[in-house]
Amino acid sequence: MTRPGDTRRSGVHRALVVLSVTVLAALLVTSAATLPFTLNWYDVQELGEAVRHAPTSDPTVSFDSFEPSVSPGMLAPAARYLHAASSWLGHDDLGRSMLFRLLPGFLISLGIGLASAAIAVCLGTFWGATAALVGGNTDRVMMRIVDVLFGLPYILMVILLKIALTRPLSALLGGQTAVADLIVLFVAIGAVSWLTMARVVRGQVLSLRAQPFIEAARAAGASRLRILCRHLLPNLVGPVIVYATLVIPQAIMQESFLSFLGIGVTQPTPSLGRLAADGVEAVNTFVGYWWLIVYPCGVLVVTLVAMNVLGDALRDRLDPRSQMTSLV
Amino acid sequence: MILRVLSRLSAGVVTLACVYAITFVMVVAIPGNPFQSGERKMSPEVEQALRARYHMDNNWAYFGEYLAGAIRLDFGPSYTYNDWTCNQIIASALPVSMLVGLLAILIAVMVGVPIGVLSAVRRDSWLDATTLALVMVGISMPTFVVGSALLTVFAVHLHWFPVGGWGTLAHLPLPAITLSLPFIAYIARLTRVGMLDALGSDFIRTAVAKGLSTRVVVWRHAFQVAFLPVLSYLGPATAQALTGSFAVEKVFGVPGLGQHFVNAALNRDAGLILGCVLVFAALLIVLNMLIDALYAWIDPRISGAV
Repeated sequence: MTRPGDTRRSGVHRALVVLSVTVLAALLVTSAATLPFTLNWYDVQELGEAVRHAPTSDPTVSFDSFEPSVSPGMLAPAARYLHAASSWLGHDDLGRSMLFRLLPGFLISLGIGLASAAIAVCLGTFWGATAALVGGNTDRVMMRIVDVLFGLPYILMVILLKIALTRPLSALLGGQTAVADLIVLFVAIGAVSWLTMARVVRGQVLSLRAQPFIEAARAAGASRLRILCRHLLPNLVGPVIVYATLVIPQAIMQESFLSFLGIGVTQPTPSLGRLAADGVEAVNTFVGYWWLIVYPCGVLVVTLVAMNVLGDALRDRLDPRSQMTSLV
Repeated sequence: MILRVLSRLSAGVVTLACVYAITFVMVVAIPGNPFQSGERKMSPEVEQALRARYHMDNNWAYFGEYLAGAIRLDFGPSYTYNDWTCNQIIASALPVSMLVGLLAILIAVMVGVPIGVLSAVRRDSWLDATTLALVMVGISMPTFVVGSALLTVFAVHLHWFPVGGWGTLAHLPLPAITLSLPFIAYIARLTRVGMLDALGSDFIRTAVAKGLSTRVVVWRHAFQVAFLPVLSYLGPATAQALTGSFAVEKVFGVPGLGQHFVNAALNRDAGLILGCVLVFAALLIVLNMLIDALYAWIDPRISGAV
């Protein structure tokens, strides 16, 4: 029935991890390599017949349809070749190529995930480590604050932060609303995701501090700073990375929810969540524009599943207590 | 015992007060005001008069008025829904959300726990792998996509359920199922890990060795331990489910509290924001206390911790 103590993963699981890495790498390479091209094309409306036309591999469809804006002769040969791909995944209701929106959208979603995770990690590590190292009443107050912030519904906080920060920041950046919006988005998501991180780090520091090797370092005359930098922080890397891999997919998910509310990335900018939300709106009119929802959601789900699988694998490797706390 | 409960209660009240103060500061600090969200531009005099009417020109008076109101559980008028007080809005929306949320949590426990137990017992089988994959997809799909898909398939095409509206039993299943999916995924994961952990421990080997049937070992011995992490997850999860989900309510047209959370924040409707936050925080605190009490009841080792 069980094999006590056996926590090795099966072959299926290892294959899943390899598959996840491959898929993520392929998506990343494709979208990064085509970025110089897609950046010019994600917002181009190929009017005419192309509006909401279904996916096709026939390049003439897209060439026929985009006389109003550009004709094939105007493109360099490489770009012409790339452009033939514009109708592979169909067009949206404004005649924009789904493929050319999906590729940069993936990068933007990934960027939001990574940036919010970075913010959550920095804030959480700082907060948790400080609380554990200073100890006493400071610790009590700091962790009490975390408890209170846990009591706030996070979606409300994200919305309020987003509203509060957007205008000042875009004024600061000289009217670059799209950039300001992206920054605010991951700051807001990061600012609500650091709480668990703080708890994890505090617990880890407390348990590390009680261990003999720290005492040995102190006995050997190491300064507090040296103990912190050379002995505590390296041991925190494992749990911190483990938690960060949980935050990235969560942040991408939250971005998609904010896009559904209409306060995610600003309109012409694509992100996986934005595209999925647009697709849902289009499909809810009971017309079968299935490619508007299937492709962005497909990429979103594949990305998140791959990240979750990777996160679990990392947790197995890095978390000293993974036998206990691994979630899958 | 009574002392412990009292101290937990007072800690809860302190937490509520802090939550209230933080939310208030955020509401006042964000730019814009509730009166400008309408289509018509308001003349400055009218706006000034309105702000004076609600004591918004003086933040301390504003805070004082709202605090006094909140202590009496009266969150004042709503700025966006002119004919309603916040209390009326919450009173009409909260039961709807609670009904859907309770159903969702029930479904999540009844489906997630058996899935988790089964996949732990049949570890590394195709069943385990399939469940793992389904759970991953369940966690990775945005609720609004799942909801729309269910609505399109089961309501629009198959006509099993009504497409819109609210009020009959037939309106309940689709939103409840949609809401329960992420919870099912988490509960299944938690149960599976807890079961793997429990099945690997010594007391299970003893139970198997003394000849107990697999069913008794799994459900009576291992499951009792494995359920504890699920139980502590259920506190926050239930609070979240009971206060509604914006995405689910928007997709299915459910008149619940979840949409007010979001709309109030978008419209800077101070009273409604504060009311929603306090309802959520109070539910969270009460549920966590309940869960801790249950914890002590299930696991006698930690009875001192309540």
